Amino acid sequence: MTAVIETRGLTRRFGHFTAVDHVDLSVEEGTIYGFLGPNGSGKSTMIRMLCGLLGPSDGNATVLGYDVVRESEQIKQSIGYMSQQFSLYTDLSVMENLQFYARIYGIPRRERSERIDEVIDIVGIGDYRKRLAANLSGGWKQRLALACSLVHRPKLMFLDEPTAGIDPVARRDLWNLLFNLSGRGVTFFVTTHYMDEAERCTHVGYIYFSKLIVSGTPNELKAMQDVRPEGTERFEVRCDRLPHAMRALNEFDYVRDATIFADSLHVLADAHSETHMKHDLDAQGFTVELITPVSPTLEDVFVTLTRERDQQRASSHV
Amino acid sequence: MFRGLSSIIYKETIHVLRDPRTLFFMILIPGLQLTIFGFAIDLEVRDIKTVVYNLDGRRESRELLDAFQHSDSFEFVGQAFSDHELNEFIVAGEARVGIKIPPNYTDQLIRGERTTVQVLLDGSDSTVAMQALNVANAIAMARSIEILSEVLPGTGGPPIEVRPRVLFNPDMRTVNFMVPGLVGIIMQIVTMLLTAVSIVREKEQGTLEQLMVTPVSRLGLMVGKLVPYGVIGVVETVSVLLIMRLLFGVPIQGSVALLMVFSLAFLFTALGLGLLVSTIAQNQIQALQLSFIIIMPSVLLSGFVFPQETMPWIIWAIGQCIPATYFIRILRGIIIRGAGFEELWLNAAILTGMGVVVLAIATARFRKTLA
Repeated sequence: MTAVIETRGLTRRFGHFTAVDHVDLSVEEGTIYGFLGPNGSGKSTMIRMLCGLLGPSDGNATVLGYDVVRESEQIKQSIGYMSQQFSLYTDLSVMENLQFYARIYGIPRRERSERIDEVIDIVGIGDYRKRLAANLSGGWKQRLALACSLVHRPKLMFLDEPTAGIDPVARRDLWNLLFNLSGRGVTFFVTTHYMDEAERCTHVGYIYFSKLIVSGTPNELKAMQDVRPEGTERFEVRCDRLPHAMRALNEFDYVRDATIFADSLHVLADAHSETHMKHDLDAQGFTVELITPVSPTLEDVFVTLTRERDQQRASSHV
Repeated sequence: MFRGLSSIIYKETIHVLRDPRTLFFMILIPGLQLTIFGFAIDLEVRDIKTVVYNLDGRRESRELLDAFQHSDSFEFVGQAFSDHELNEFIVAGEARVGIKIPPNYTDQLIRGERTTVQVLLDGSDSTVAMQALNVANAIAMARSIEILSEVLPGTGGPPIEVRPRVLFNPDMRTVNFMVPGLVGIIMQIVTMLLTAVSIVREKEQGTLEQLMVTPVSRLGLMVGKLVPYGVIGVVETVSVLLIMRLLFGVPIQGSVALLMVFSLAFLFTALGLGLLVSTIAQNQIQALQLSFIIIMPSVLLSGFVFPQETMPWIIWAIGQCIPATYFIRILRGIIIRGAGFEELWLNAAILTGMGVVVLAIATARFRKTLA
């Protein structure tokens, strides 16, 4: 496995604000790398640096073996980029948009129509060739944008929040497309803040307050010490009056953390404490339906890591 | 170096042909401006509304008033019967000029004494007031000479006579003066605005960022943007010149070829200004505002409407930094005076120099905003 993205101490400052702070990152060929983090944590800045749109203030990075500062032109030739706003020319038709990008990437005239047919086939936009991009729905706009950024057969695709603002069906379709392309050997670097999307990635990195906190496969992250400290266990608790139950659970000395997860609670507590927990909840008048051990989700991982960081930040500021 | 140039031109052409706003700018705005400036703005003042307060009423006084009325400059709209009423006419805006003839006008003339006719002027529009004053003075002078020659027979008129011959634009038509300048203003507005808006729109839509991750070169992108709007500028120039020639009947005295060549120098500068605006503005509204900040002095200080010679030196100096100043000199030189290369090359050279400077700044900024 070779690394297609490799950064060392990559940093970008805007005035006094550090948007990306000494990030060391490695992305292997053929992976779908999910780059997660809250809004404003530095995801887009990171992508822009890797695409050669922004120069780093410090550190260095190579993409496909090219240096992002000195060899950004070579990088541009072999990467695809799709931003959050599906940057299309809305007054051009689907075909015209594709034609334009095919020309921009210098695809020879005789190969152009073949390449365009290829990407039309991949994203399945064949029925709309003549339609103006302005008249496409959100999901189709996004597919067209993807097609445009695929027309030069990039080895590496950067997708900046590709599913922001599109409906769940289109979201699922897009992911199926990404898996499909990944099967053809394209590497993906995808930013998102949807946890369910993160679960689909082969590798995940989490950036928080400009720092890369963790990077690895979802299973590696879930098995981390911090997330699953020695002698603890995660439980799913189903009961009534969830907010009250959460407060009550957080008071128990064998409970490390309790958070609401949709219609249940996720509780990090001492191992084998479920009987204890049921008893205590019953005693406080809650009707407990179920307490069962569960493995942590990525959301658990990130919530735990975020809490730890916040505590560190808080203590370092005192 | 110009990588991606042809693709940008291809795409830009589709934009222009498909975007109603661009076509609106290209066709309607110049047409509107030509109509307003060409037909509506007329610096010749005629038929100034005048009210008369004649206290004398005899033949001599009526002759003087006839002279006023026959001058084309004055149109009598009423009669006043008191000083107060005369004043009221002007305050109310019903008349701009009031003429008061004293009761002893005829008597004084007959006695060979000096008499005084009072002319009240509404100074709120200085052009009108100046014109009224000049004509009134001229009429009084003519009447005086007439009277003097009756008194002193054999003199046959004043000893010195000015016999003007207007060399260019002999009919002194405002249209001939305004429309050539207008060609320059329209060209600047259209090319600058179109270029600026086309780039800023890509900023707004995020497509500029998308372009920057493609292998298109900066020069390819810039030139690709400038060429289509340059072509539009040339088409615009030709059509505006045609309208000038055919609709307004303004003849071109000099060489049309030279006019076109020198126009290119101006076009180049205007495109550069458009590019510069696009590197500063973040959205189309800002681009519009910035463009108008540039266009305002081009209209007011370039000599298009007001002569630069009479401006205070600081304003005059600002006027010398405006590209339109030089292009309007070129336009009027070639169209009205039939001037040639020797007379006008310096203006064209300054224009080209300005274009190079503007384009260099814009290019440097273009890199920064996208790097």
